[in-house]
Amino acid sequence: MSIYKSTTPTISTFNNPETYSPELIDDIKSVLIIGSGGLSIGQAGEFDYSGSQAIKALKEANKHTILINPNIATNQTSHSLADKIYYLPVTPEYITYIIERERPDGILLTFGGQTGLNCGVELDQSGVLAKYNVKVLGTPIKTLITSEDRDLFAQALKEINIPTAESVACETVDEALEAAAKIKYPVIVRSAYALGGLGSGFANSAEEMKQLASQSLSLAPQILVEKSLKGWKEVEYEVVRDRVGNCITVCNMENFDPLGVHTGDSIVFAPSQTLSDEEYHMLRSAAIKIIRHLGVIGECNVQYALQPNGLDYRVIEVNARLSRSSALASKATGYPLAYTAAKIALGYTLPELPNPITKTTVANFEPSLDYIVAKVPKWDLSKFQYVNRDIGSSMKSVGEVMAIGRNYEEAFQKALRQVDPTVLGFQGSDEFGDNLDKVLAEPTDRRVLAIGQALLHEGYSVDKIHELSNIDKWFLYKCNNIAKMYKELQQRNELNQLDKELLTKAKKLGFSDKQIAFCIDPNYKYSEFDVRNLRKSFGIIPFVKRIDTLAAEFPASTNYLYTTYNAVKSDVEFNENGMLVLGSGVYRIGSSVEFDWCAVNTAKALRDAGKKTIMINYNPETVSTDFDEVDRLYFEELSYERVMDIYELENSEGCVISVGGQLPQNIALPLFENGCKILGTSPVDIDRAEDRHKFSTILDSIHVGQPEWSELSSVDEAKVFANRVGYPVLIRPSYVLSGAAMSVVTDECDLEAKLTLASDVSQDHPVVMSKFILGAQEIDVDAVAHDGQVLVHAISEHIENAGVHSGDASLVLPPQHLSDKVKLELKDIADKVAKAWKITGPFNMQIIKDGDKPLKVIECNIRASRSFPFVSKVLGVNFIDIAVRSFLGGDHVPKPVDLMMNKKYDYVATKVPQFSFTRLAGADPYLGVEMASTGEVASFGKNEIESYWTAMQSTMNFHVPLPPCGILFGGDLTKEDLGTVAKNIAPLNYNLYVTTEEAKQYLESHIESGHDVKIIEFPKNDKRKLRELFQKYDIKTVFNLASKRAENTADLDYQMRRNAIDFAIPLFNEPKTSVLFSKALAAHVGEKLKALESNEIIIPEEVHTWEEYVGHRAN
Amino acid sequence: MSSIKEQKATFTIKNGPTFKGVSFGANKSVAGEAVFTTSLVGYPESMTDPSYRGQILVFTQPLIGNYGVPDGTQRDEFNLLKYFESPHIHVVGIVVAEYAYEYSHWTAVESLANWCQREGVAAITGVDTRAVVQYLREEGSSLGRITIGDDMEPEYVDPMNTHLVKQVTTKQPFHVSAIVKNPIANIALIDCGVKENIIRCLVKRGANVTVFPFDYRIQDIADQFDGIFLSNGPGNPEFCTDTINNLREFMLNPKFVNIPIFGICLGHQLLALASGAHTSKMVYGNRAHNIPCMDLTTGQCHITSQNHGYAVDPSTLPADQWKPYFVNLNDGSNEGMIHLTRPIFSTQFHPEAKGGPLDTDILFDKFFNNIEEFKLKKDLPMEKKNNINKLSNVSKQFNDSLAKERVLA
Repeated sequence: MSIYKSTTPTISTFNNPETYSPELIDDIKSVLIIGSGGLSIGQAGEFDYSGSQAIKALKEANKHTILINPNIATNQTSHSLADKIYYLPVTPEYITYIIERERPDGILLTFGGQTGLNCGVELDQSGVLAKYNVKVLGTPIKTLITSEDRDLFAQALKEINIPTAESVACETVDEALEAAAKIKYPVIVRSAYALGGLGSGFANSAEEMKQLASQSLSLAPQILVEKSLKGWKEVEYEVVRDRVGNCITVCNMENFDPLGVHTGDSIVFAPSQTLSDEEYHMLRSAAIKIIRHLGVIGECNVQYALQPNGLDYRVIEVNARLSRSSALASKATGYPLAYTAAKIALGYTLPELPNPITKTTVANFEPSLDYIVAKVPKWDLSKFQYVNRDIGSSMKSVGEVMAIGRNYEEAFQKALRQVDPTVLGFQGSDEFGDNLDKVLAEPTDRRVLAIGQALLHEGYSVDKIHELSNIDKWFLYKCNNIAKMYKELQQRNELNQLDKELLTKAKKLGFSDKQIAFCIDPNYKYSEFDVRNLRKSFGIIPFVKRIDTLAAEFPASTNYLYTTYNAVKSDVEFNENGMLVLGSGVYRIGSSVEFDWCAVNTAKALRDAGKKTIMINYNPETVSTDFDEVDRLYFEELSYERVMDIYELENSEGCVISVGGQLPQNIALPLFENGCKILGTSPVDIDRAEDRHKFSTILDSIHVGQPEWSELSSVDEAKVFANRVGYPVLIRPSYVLSGAAMSVVTDECDLEAKLTLASDVSQDHPVVMSKFILGAQEIDVDAVAHDGQVLVHAISEHIENAGVHSGDASLVLPPQHLSDKVKLELKDIADKVAKAWKITGPFNMQIIKDGDKPLKVIECNIRASRSFPFVSKVLGVNFIDIAVRSFLGGDHVPKPVDLMMNKKYDYVATKVPQFSFTRLAGADPYLGVEMASTGEVASFGKNEIESYWTAMQSTMNFHVPLPPCGILFGGDLTKEDLGTVAKNIAPLNYNLYVTTEEAKQYLESHIESGHDVKIIEFPKNDKRKLRELFQKYDIKTVFNLASKRAENTADLDYQMRRNAIDFAIPLFNEPKTSVLFSKALAAHVGEKLKALESNEIIIPEEVHTWEEYVGHRAN
Repeated sequence: MSSIKEQKATFTIKNGPTFKGVSFGANKSVAGEAVFTTSLVGYPESMTDPSYRGQILVFTQPLIGNYGVPDGTQRDEFNLLKYFESPHIHVVGIVVAEYAYEYSHWTAVESLANWCQREGVAAITGVDTRAVVQYLREEGSSLGRITIGDDMEPEYVDPMNTHLVKQVTTKQPFHVSAIVKNPIANIALIDCGVKENIIRCLVKRGANVTVFPFDYRIQDIADQFDGIFLSNGPGNPEFCTDTINNLREFMLNPKFVNIPIFGICLGHQLLALASGAHTSKMVYGNRAHNIPCMDLTTGQCHITSQNHGYAVDPSTLPADQWKPYFVNLNDGSNEGMIHLTRPIFSTQFHPEAKGGPLDTDILFDKFFNNIEEFKLKKDLPMEKKNNINKLSNVSKQFNDSLAKERVLA
C-alpha cells in the first residue's frame, strides 16, 4: 500500500498551472531526518550536503523538521535549517527514543547514507515505525530492503530480464569456498548491507577466499560470491522517479579505472567518455526499468559493468538512496538531486517542480553538459602504519575533488592539483622503480602518477599501458596529449621562447603557470609569477562559464561557475565586487566538514552584513558548493593562480583565507604580496605564526611559556639539543598540514633518520625541534579577536594526554577540571597572543598543562580551527559570525565577552574522534602525533561521563558491551590505567580475558577478589581461529593500552588491536579514554540493560535537543 | 596531433560573430543553416539523419569524435544500416568545441575527421560552442558558414528555401521484409527522409515495410496496406505540397477511415497541414535528447529525442477531429496530435531515438495495436473466428520487383 493517495499521473499540472495544487501526502506536519553521523571512509560529507538540501526542501513545504545527527560540525545541524536537532547516536535505539518523544508524522531514511538506511530497515522490522505510525516518505521500506539484499535484488532484476553479476549468497566460509569453486576464480566477495564496499574483496584462489570470507563474515552475516568482471568498463547512472512513475536519468558517469576498483576509489568522469549512443541508452533504459520495477520514489543510483568490446553488461549495484555518486552528479550537473528527492518524497511529481537553475523550465528533464567533469579521490594512506596501499573493491579514500573544464585535459589536470596542491597536474614520479608495470596492473593510490611516469619519462606507449591496466585507451590518449604538451614546452629553455600560441594551447590543456615554469626549467629559473606576467601580457586569461543544466539552451541566472581557457567570452559580468571566501578543498585527514561549516557560515554572515559573496571550493561533498549559499560559486582550484584570477576578474572587495583550514592559509602570503586584500589578520603576521622559528621567538618575547625549542641547522646541533632537554623531542617543519611530516623522536638513532625525512618535506622553511611533553594535560583554546583584542574564546579540555594529535583527541567543553586561576591564565595567554600577532579574526591554540608547572603553548593557528563548529554549537555563540564581524570592523565588531568565566553551564559536551581503521586493512589502530581520525561526533550530557557515554555510542558501529559478555585486556602493564579500567568494570559482571599469565596477575592485583580473570589462547597468525575465539568468548570490547607503536606486525598488541577492528569490536587504545569509558559503563550500563529489557520505552536522560541543552536556538 | 599542419578555419554566423578554429573535416568551405544540438552522444546518428540536410550542426557537448565512426556499410538482419541512419552524412558541416583526434571504441573503423573528409563535410574544432548557442538562442536560427583556410567565403545559403525532402527521399519505392515467418502487417512508409531506425522499429515488430518516395500517391495503394507511416524529414513542411495533398485526399476517402497512421516529426507536421492546421518556424528549434514531453491523454512524462525547426500550431488543429497528444514541458510547444475517432496519431519528437532516449518506443507498440485492431475490423465478421492474422494483400510480385534498400539516385 502506497502512502501516496495516487500513483497515476495527471495532466492538470499542465492544463491549469494557475489553479493547480500538487497532490501532496496528507497529515505530514513533522518529519524526522536521519543523518549519517561522523565522517568515515565511505560515508563522508556528501550526506551533510544531501541532508541539508532535504531540510531546505521540507522547510519550503512548511514541515517541522527534526534531525538526528551527532556530527556537530555539519551544516545540517544548524537551526537555520532544522527545527530540532539531536546530537545523538544514529542507532535504532536512539531514533526510537526520539520518535517516542517527538511523534513525527514522517521519516526520511535515504539522506543519511547507509547508516540511515540500515536504521530505517531495522526500525521497520522491529515494528517501531508501525507502532508510532511514522510514514516512510519517498522510497518505501520494501524497496530499500530489496535493493540491499543481494538475493532479493538479483531475483527482482531477473524478473525484468536485467542481468546481474551471478552471485551466490553464503553464510559460512565453506559455502563461500564451494560457491567460488562453482563460479570459478577470480571471484569477488561482497557483503550485504555494506558501507562503501566494506568487507569486499577479490579472491584468486581458495586460499585467498578462505581469508577473505572469514573476515567478511565477521562484518556481516551474509556474503555474496560473484564472478569477477575485472577489466570491464564501470558506468553509473543517477535516476530519479516520482510517485506517478515519471523517470529521468540526471547524469551518467564513467570510471577511468576499469571494474575492480571501488567506484569511490576510482577516477570518474561525467558525462561518460567512451560510450556510443547505443551503449549510453541501453544502460539508461535499463536504469529506468530497474527503478520502476523496484518502485523507488526519489533518487537511485545504478552501477554497471559494461563489456569493453560488446554490448554485454551487468548491474553491479543499486543504491536506492542519496549517495556519494548522487552528490557528485548534483554538483556535476547543477541538478539538485537531494532537494528534488525530498520534494518527491512529499508527493510532488517531476513536472510539477521547476528546474531551480533556469526557473523557467521543469525539473522533469535530463541535464545536458557542455563541459567535462573529473572526480579524483583523495587518499591519505601515508598517515598509517602497515596499511595496504592497494586499491580494489573496498574503498580507502577519505575524500574527493571535482574539477570542471571544457575538455578532458583541463578538467583532469585541475582535479589532480586539487587533490594534492604540491603536484603540478598530470605528472610522473620516480618512486616506482622496477615496480612500474606492477603498479599499472595492480592499482594503488599512486597509479595515476605511475601512468604519468610511464608516458612522460619511461617511453611507454598508450597500447602498453592499456595492456597492463585495462584502462580504456581513450583516457590514455588524453593523458598522452598532456605528455605531448610537456615535451613541446620542455623544448623551450627561456621564458621568451614561449609564444602566445603555445602558451594558449598549454593553458587550454589545463597547464598551470607553475607547471609551465617547471617545463621551461625544472629548477624554477622562472617562477609561476613570471609565467603569469607573461601570459597576462599576451592577454591570456581564463573565461568564466556557467553550469546551467541545459548547455545554454535556456537563460539561467544562477551563478554556478567555473573557469576555462577554452572559450572566447564569459557568461557573467563582473560588476558585483563580491567578497571571496576560500573553502576547505578536499576532505582529508585533518581537514573536513568542520571547515565547510566555517566557510558556509562566513558566507552567511557576509551576506547578512549586506555583502555580495563569492565562494571558491572544489569539493563535491560540501554545502559550501551549493549554488544557493552564495551569490557566486566558483567550482575551482584553491591555488594562488586561480584565486588571483578570480579576484582580479571579479574586482573583489576582499578575500577571506582563514576559514577553510590550512589550504587557503598556505596561499595567503603570495596573494597578499601580489595585491590581494586579505580580510582579518595580515598574512605577514600569519606567517609569523606559521614559521616555527618566528613563532617561538615571539612567544619568548611576550613571556608566554612553551616547551624548550631550538631551530635546527645541522644534525649535530640537534643531537646536542635533544640530549640537553631529553628525549622524546618533536621535529616539525613549518606549514604543517594535519601533523604530516611532524614526528616524535625517541632516541638519537631515530633522530638522524627522521631529520633527513623532515628536511625533505620543506626546504624553504627551517626545521624546528622542541621538547615533546608526555603525560600532561592538553587544552584547546579557540578564539576570535579584533585588532589584537580577544572578543570571545572557548577553552576545551582534552581527555587524552598530550602526545595524541589534537585532531584525534576527545574534547570536553566547558572544561570540567580547570580552576578559575588556570582559566584566567589561559585567557591571559590568548590576550597576549592576539596582541602580539595583531589578530583580527579566528585563531586557535593548543596549550599544555603539566601539573602546576606554567602553561606552555605548543601550537597556534591564526585561522579557524577544526573545533570552531564544536565550540560555537556547545556554547551557543557562533564564533564564525563574530570573526566575520571583526573582519568587517567598525560598527560590526561586537563587545568582548568572556564565555568561560562569567557563565555557568549546566551541561557538558564531548567531541570524540571517528576512526575508519576498519577500511584500512593492516593499518595499526594506534594514536600518536599523526592524525588518524576521519571525522568526529559530539554529544551533550548533564556531566562529562554522560556526554562521553553518548558520544562514544555516536561513533559508527559502536556497540556498548553488555554484561555478561567478554572483554579482552592487553598492553602496558607498567602503568595503572589498565588496572583502573578493570577495577571499574569488574563489578559489572563482565568476563575479563587476557592472553598472558603476567596480564592476569596484573589485573587481579587491581580488582577486588571474587572476580575472575581468564587467560585465553590467542593464535595471532590465524585469523579464522581468532574469530572463532572471539565468538566463543563473546568478546565485545578490547582494551589494549600499548605504550608505543608496534615494531612489526607480529606484535601481539598490534594483532589484538587490529583484530578488534577487523571483527568490528570496539577498541580502546588510549589510557585516559579507556578509564573514562569504564566509568561510563559503571554509571550507565545498568540502566541501559534495564531499558533494553523493558517493554516500555524508557528514554535516557541524554535524549534532549540541542536547544534544550543550550537554552536558546543558537546558530 | 601537432605533427599534422593545422588548417585554420572560421565559423561565421550571418550578421553575427565569427569564431576561429581548426578544420578537421573536408577541405571545403560550406554554408547552411546553423543549428545546435545539446545531445551528449550520437554524432554518427545525427550526422546521417536526413532531417539535418543542409544544416551546419553545432554540438554543445565538447566531446565529439571520441568513439570514432562505426562501419557505415554494415547491415543488420533486416538489411538495414547497422550504425547509420542513412548511407551518407546530411549536414554540410559540423562545429565542435573539442574534436577528439584519437578515438577508442570497439565499433569504430575510422575517425570522425576521416569520415567527414571522405564525405565532403566541413568540420571545425576549437569553437566556443556555448557562445554560439547563446547567440542563436537570443537571435534565433541563423545562417552560417564554415570557411577553410584562406578560401573565398561561400555565399550564405538558406536550405529552408529549398525542397530538401526531394533531395533525401528514396527515388524509387523499396521493400524491407520482416524476417519472421509470418509477418503481422504490411506497412506503407512515406519517405521524406526516413531514418533507418524507424524502418527497423517497424520490421522488428514483424511488419513488412514498403517505402515510397515522398510524393507517391498513397491514396492509390493504401488499401493494400495495414498501416501508413509518415517519416521524418528536413526543412519547411510547406514545401511538401504533393505529400500534403495526397494525405488530404487519403484522409477524405471514407474507404480508409480505419487505416492506422503514425507520423513522426516532419510526418507529424505534414499530417497537421493535411488536416488544415498550420505550422511555423521556431525561434531556434529543438534539437536535443533531453526534452520533456507530457502525454496529454495520461499526464505521463517522457524524455524525448528531438530535431526540428518547425512546429505545429495546436490552436489551428480542427478541434472536431484532433486533439494535442503531447506537449513540450520546457517551451509549451506542440509535440503530437491524436485523432478523436480514427487510429491516427503523430509526434513531433522521435520515438525511434537513434540517438537519444528510448522512452517513447512504446508508441510503435501503440501503432501496432492500432494495426491489430484494424485487421480485426476489416476481417469482421467472417474471418474473426479463424483467428488468422490476415494481412493486406500487397502482391508479392510487386514487392519482389522493388529495390531492397533506399534508391539514392
